[in-house]
Amino acid sequence: MSRFTHETLEKNSLLLLAFVIIVVSIGGIVEILPLFRKETVIEPVEGVRPYTPLELAGYNIYLREGCYNCHSQQIRPLRDEVVRYGHYSLAAESMYDHPFQWGSKRTGPDLARVGGKYSDAWHVAHMIEPRDLVPESIMPSYGFLMKNGAKLHDLPKHLKALSVVGVPYSDEMIEWAEKDAKAQATGEARTDTEGLIARYGDKVIARDFDGQPHMISEMDALIAYLQVLGTMVDFDAAKNVEGGAQ
Amino acid sequence: MSDDKHKPEIDEVSGVETTGHEWDGLQELNNPLPRWWVWVWLISIVWSIWYFVIYPAWPVPGGATEGTSGYTQYKELAESQAEIVARQAAYLERFEEASLEQIVNDPELYAFAVAGGASAFKDNCATCHGTGAEGAKGYPNLNDDDWLWGGRLSDIHQTLEYGIRADNWDTRMSQMPAFGKDGLLNAQEINAVVDYVLGLSGDEHHGDAHGAGAEIFQQQCASCHGTDGKGLREFGAPNLTDKIWLYGGDHATVYETVYYARAGMMPAWGGRLDENTIKQLTVYLHQLGGGEESVSNDEQEAIKPANH
Repeated sequence: MSRFTHETLEKNSLLLLAFVIIVVSIGGIVEILPLFRKETVIEPVEGVRPYTPLELAGYNIYLREGCYNCHSQQIRPLRDEVVRYGHYSLAAESMYDHPFQWGSKRTGPDLARVGGKYSDAWHVAHMIEPRDLVPESIMPSYGFLMKNGAKLHDLPKHLKALSVVGVPYSDEMIEWAEKDAKAQATGEARTDTEGLIARYGDKVIARDFDGQPHMISEMDALIAYLQVLGTMVDFDAAKNVEGGAQ
Repeated sequence: MSDDKHKPEIDEVSGVETTGHEWDGLQELNNPLPRWWVWVWLISIVWSIWYFVIYPAWPVPGGATEGTSGYTQYKELAESQAEIVARQAAYLERFEEASLEQIVNDPELYAFAVAGGASAFKDNCATCHGTGAEGAKGYPNLNDDDWLWGGRLSDIHQTLEYGIRADNWDTRMSQMPAFGKDGLLNAQEINAVVDYVLGLSGDEHHGDAHGAGAEIFQQQCASCHGTDGKGLREFGAPNLTDKIWLYGGDHATVYETVYYARAGMMPAWGGRLDENTIKQLTVYLHQLGGGEESVSNDEQEAIKPANH
């Protein structure tokens, strides 16, 4: 028996195949196996709920318009990011996003905690003409969202599809999806939001987001989505902001 | 590739053994891998094992391997934040204890507050109020002394902490009626009162002090904007006599304001920013140009009737 060299492998195809499988398996185990245990590295936090139907419609518009191309949704645990954007993002905060919107490019600012940072009126004005408010902005105008009616009739199907991949939407939520979306975009002053709040919690914001009471526009849906971003987890956001000595 | 048991052949030019393969007279040299490359490769394997042991690497039941160094990004963040707090410690201890008035009167704390406030302003406030705090349509200019809700340190602090018409129990709240939309006034009446209001700030073409507009103003507007139109900070009702317009001072815009009403909203920053940052911002905004002197409650009570 001659010495075992690379030549031995090269000249015995079955042996070569066996070794190829061994090498590829190592790569597979290292990269794939941890994903089966990923729940062990998601910090348990309270408060994260699935999106309401209207927020989900906004999320879908966010995807359709490619907002993720310029805006990330992931605050890294670095001092400057925490000072600017607030508490670093937790894995649990995007566990119901399919697909998640972490992004990898920041032409515009990170949006992981934009919820509540600006008024609805600001979002409307900024979406219509960003340069009215931020003169140096290069963001395109999205004024047409005001004129497009939000697509609500297929929301039960969206909820149903997400429930298949593990988002805890109940049958009741799926059944009421379209009505819940309408109730959220109308607000409690003009409609009954009790069912919506019973299903999604009392932190749900229900109001006429775009200031057009006569219609539920795509702007309504998108602003509803933006206003909930990063607001679900109730941690002391202040504790990580620079200067906080707590 | 056919000759299994070839004799080692030596290439004449380089003196290196060939593989015995030949293609149209070209032969393949059997050079070994460069030694330096092999060593780097082996070292990187050893290094990866070391890395695996030292750092968090592998999910296991009940968590993940933590690594012998105990490193996490969160700890690294906490350390770098602690470093800043330590650097600011000279100021922070006194700053946290000091009242807003004490900060303004202490040159060192004042400089600390203004520097911190300026940077927090750019991050959080400039998007609406402008990089130079010059404001925009619907967002007040913060450089002047025309305040909707008050320009004393305590007023500014309250506005920052709880916001205006924000999602907060203690937020400042008021609502102007939508006189046209809700049918309180007809178009003719609105036109009259708009003319009167424009006259208040000295527009000569308008403002018959005894006309229909004046009467409507006293009936509908004076309870919040004052009988003289100088506003009432209790309700965030703007002074209408100073030619400073939040939404615009032409007839059409003021008509729109009366018809639909306005209700600007500012988020509550308490909870989003920490208390020190809000204090820094308060002092920063106060010194921008329009800050008002703080007075005691008794004095304030005495001034009130004169103001409005």
